Amino acid sequence: MSILGTRVVRAEDPRLLTVGGTYVDDLREPALVGAAHATFVRSPVAHARISSIDVQDAREAPGVVAVFTGRDLDISPSPPAPMVTAAMARPALATDVVRYVGEAVAVVITDERYQGEDAAELVMVDYDPLPAVVSGEDAVRGETLLFPEAGTNVAWTGGAEQLDEHLFDDCEVVVTQVIDNQRLAPAPLEVRSAACAWSDDQGQVTLWLSTQGAQAARDELQRQLGLEEGQLRVVAPDVGGGFGAKIAADPETAALCAASRRLGRPLRWVESRSENMIAMTHGRAQHQTVTIGGRRDGTVLAYRIEVLQDSGAYPRESSWLLPILTMNMASGVYAIPKVETAARSIVTNTTPLSAYRGAGRPEATAAIERAMDLFASEIGMDPAEVRRRNFVAPDAFPFQTPSGITYDSGEYAKALDTVLEAAGYPDLQEEQRRRRERGDPLQLGFGLSAYVEITAPDNAVGETGRVEVGADGSVTVYTGSSAHGQGHATAFAMLASDELGIPMDRIKVLHGDTAKIPKGAGTYGSRSLQLGGSAVHEASVEVVKRARHLAAELLEADEGDIVLDRDAGRWHVKGAPATAVSWGELAQQAEGDGGLAADSDFSEERPTFPFGVHLAVVEVDVETGAVRLVRFVSVDDAGRVVNPVLTEGQRHGGIAQGAAQALLEHMVYDADGNPQTGNLADYAFITAAELPSFELLPMETATPLNPLGVKGIGEAGTIGSTPAVQNAVVNAITHLGVRHVDMPATAQRVWAAINEAKER
Amino acid sequence: MIPAPFAYRRAGSVDEALSLLAEHGDEAKVLAGGHSLLPLMKLRLAVPEVVVDVGRLQDLSYVRDEGDAIAVGALTRHRDLETSDLLAREAPLLSHAAGFVGDPQVRHRGTLGGSLVHGDPASDLPAVVLAMGGTLVARGPRGSREIPAADFFQSLFETAMEPDELLTEVRIPKPQSRGWGFEKFNQRAIDWATVGVAVSGDQRPAIALVNMGGTPLRATAAEQALADGGSVADAAALAADGTEPPSDLSASADYRRHLARVLVRRAVEDARGRA
Ligand SMILES: Cc1cc2nc3c(=O)[nH]c(=O)nc-3n(C[C@H](O)[C@H](O)[C@H](O)COP(=O)(O)OP(=O)(O)OC[C@H]3O[C@@H](n4cnc5c(N)ncnc54)[C@H](O)[C@@H]3O)c2cc1C
Repeated sequence: MSILGTRVVRAEDPRLLTVGGTYVDDLREPALVGAAHATFVRSPVAHARISSIDVQDAREAPGVVAVFTGRDLDISPSPPAPMVTAAMARPALATDVVRYVGEAVAVVITDERYQGEDAAELVMVDYDPLPAVVSGEDAVRGETLLFPEAGTNVAWTGGAEQLDEHLFDDCEVVVTQVIDNQRLAPAPLEVRSAACAWSDDQGQVTLWLSTQGAQAARDELQRQLGLEEGQLRVVAPDVGGGFGAKIAADPETAALCAASRRLGRPLRWVESRSENMIAMTHGRAQHQTVTIGGRRDGTVLAYRIEVLQDSGAYPRESSWLLPILTMNMASGVYAIPKVETAARSIVTNTTPLSAYRGAGRPEATAAIERAMDLFASEIGMDPAEVRRRNFVAPDAFPFQTPSGITYDSGEYAKALDTVLEAAGYPDLQEEQRRRRERGDPLQLGFGLSAYVEITAPDNAVGETGRVEVGADGSVTVYTGSSAHGQGHATAFAMLASDELGIPMDRIKVLHGDTAKIPKGAGTYGSRSLQLGGSAVHEASVEVVKRARHLAAELLEADEGDIVLDRDAGRWHVKGAPATAVSWGELAQQAEGDGGLAADSDFSEERPTFPFGVHLAVVEVDVETGAVRLVRFVSVDDAGRVVNPVLTEGQRHGGIAQGAAQALLEHMVYDADGNPQTGNLADYAFITAAELPSFELLPMETATPLNPLGVKGIGEAGTIGSTPAVQNAVVNAITHLGVRHVDMPATAQRVWAAINEAKER
Repeated sequence: MIPAPFAYRRAGSVDEALSLLAEHGDEAKVLAGGHSLLPLMKLRLAVPEVVVDVGRLQDLSYVRDEGDAIAVGALTRHRDLETSDLLAREAPLLSHAAGFVGDPQVRHRGTLGGSLVHGDPASDLPAVVLAMGGTLVARGPRGSREIPAADFFQSLFETAMEPDELLTEVRIPKPQSRGWGFEKFNQRAIDWATVGVAVSGDQRPAIALVNMGGTPLRATAAEQALADGGSVADAAALAADGTEPPSDLSASADYRRHLARVLVRRAVEDARGRA
């Protein structure tokens, strides 16, 4: 019997829960003996010309080995990304101008970590203040430019160049809403960290890095440091979360490697939480204008979304990637005849933006799902019904959207019905009616979100896998994918075990070391299982094929008569199980011939499109505005499920993170560009106390695009839950005249919305 | 967490603590549970030269019945207040409120004395002690003195304590009436109160407000209205009178005033319900 689809407990957990993981800061590699510590000096102002940097006092402070500014270290600037003007390139350390609070201007190297914190305070930087550009409007107006050479604060534009003024001509009802998809801080449990050691002749360098993709980090850093291919080895030990913000190598890492080379001494770097909150990239930060139109019978005819993407101070890939993903997924699960999208990315004097769990897709879903509710409420129809009427039908797949992408498979109405049934939708409606009637201070609200998202959007990049059987019959799986909490060691071992018939405890999964796995993409975009997992599966199939050939030789039989007994993990001739050969024997047999191993590089023809329906139930205290999330029901169909323990874990975390955006989290800046939520006392992440137990319903619609039939699940929870919770809050107070509450729907905002509606 | 350099001294007795304080004066800071002081030191907003750790003075950790009053040692942890049977019986407002301070880690480290001396108007227990008419006992080189809670909190983070004094005890008179109420309004379970209300008594209760100004405050207009026999709703409408609440990220001053009115109504109704 196949173990795929069964509840296998995580292979990672015994170690993580007992002795704990080994994160960068825990490393005690011989190469790091005697390492000094790097501490970055960061700008306290949002926008200023640097007139001088005086490092003399700092150099003389106790324990200081060296102090470097940008001019001291030879690092090529990070180009912003193809499609964005090179005039917006980012230096590793700011030299002439600082463009956000938290930007690094110098690095202090000390014998001990704490000495660095003291010495960094002694670096005297003269800042000549420039006006700060914080709001989107200011950026667009362009009175102050972050990069005068670029001539504009707009880094990128995409989508429709001219809006179609006839888009809504056929519509009986048209609703418009301005939506703020607020800026968030990823705040992984493990902050950014790295350690670096050069060989004595400085020909080779090893970088231990908390990253989601060792190979990509290697390529980027080799370029910035002017190294030859193969000079830099990047190793990712245990990684304590990333959520997208650890995809690339950050400028601090390049500075660390350059400083270590200059000093001929290994270096370590671990940022503080306060640094992490302002210097690690942020997510979301989209200002949207949505317009939806249709007929009073509930048919949606046209939809438009205009996106203003805040890129922060330095554009990166995300400046175009996030709005493109938003535009691609604009129409969501609906068959809308006319869809128009337009986007601009701007630079502001704030922390740079990058991917954050969902990266562009939660923003798309939040917009269309708010729009559907607004449309439903305008025509006085049940939001579930409006959604049902506009779903892409199950027989329409593969379905090409007006944005030009092709959804692989989906069963949207089935997902909706499953959720409504489990939630007891009519009872919720009845309970809401009763509370409204009696004017209960605790009003009930429920919100739906039907989503479809794109996973492995870079399907063509693919992922590598290698499966090796050792002479002792144990297996090593190599993957270019990079686990940081997802459970690769469990899932990938299951895949290999299932094909090979070798128990999981004899299978080791390796990742995140460019010396052992030179080619790989990493973990992001919910791609790991469908690409990396499929690669491991294919390599396993290939190993079985080779083993069959070897077994036929050893047993002197025809390949067609050779049987792999997967329960016993042994090979024999059909009908003669008594004479069997083991995997180990086959591996020994193959030793002269490159070993018993196979490689795979798996890519998909197209991305996959997981979907689902989320329903959130909230209670809103209409006297204070306080919101309490009391129930959460979801279907998340990510194709075949290899291990429900893992998918449920991803759904749990995702739903919590989405609810956090809807209710609590917001990275706030004041008008001068000073972060107001720069530590975890002020930045309101969510805790278990704010969340109910989630009711997770199963549903599996396989994709034809990979041999496992799997899609991604890593980001789906966040994508679906955010608008479900936001819609629930609005739904609880629509009878008081409230149409919309921006996220986070804090008590004060809800209270203010109720008051405003009263005054209207 | 990397604070500025400081010297660390651990006091083995109250007398030793006092002599260390006498020696270092303004430069020294008492460290009890550390859950207010250390976050400030971490951000380098507090840079004491000497930290005098009194955290192990077990003899200052107690809850005792002294007839008319309950005596609580200054080093008593929030968790011990929360779980004290004596308090649950004789001063339930205090044990109940202690259960809402921060999260379990905070409650296992933070102390009643630290909560009071820190003088943060957003803290829960200062308002509780104020509503209950508590008295604080401070010891210094000049001996012991007793300070009524009403005189103790002077302004934001300022109390009647001298730098060379140690808070040793808090005396809570046993309430005359059975009623009490406590409302803490916060975003998340672990957050400080946006606004909080402690009500001691029921027909003519004392009402103290959390985070409605620079210190914990009595809602005197509301108290007076109730004492004059006014309705709870009418009295609660006066709850924010005379207050100057702060405006910050979590709430505007107006919203705080509104919350105070709602919460005072609810807390007094609760108090009367319990009476
Ligand atoms: C995450 C977090 C959440 C929190 N949430 C809340 C909350 O919701 N509500 C709330 O009320 N509090 C909250 N707190 C604060 C917590 O209750 C603290 O424990 C308390 O405010 C201070 O007590 P402490 O013993 O930790 O004092 P310390 O931090 O050790 O000291 C605080 C101050 O008091 C002085 N001091 C302490 N003891 C004495 C003494 N015996 N004599 C003289 N001076 C003394 C110190 O010198 C210092 O200035 C929270 C703290 C944290 C870290």
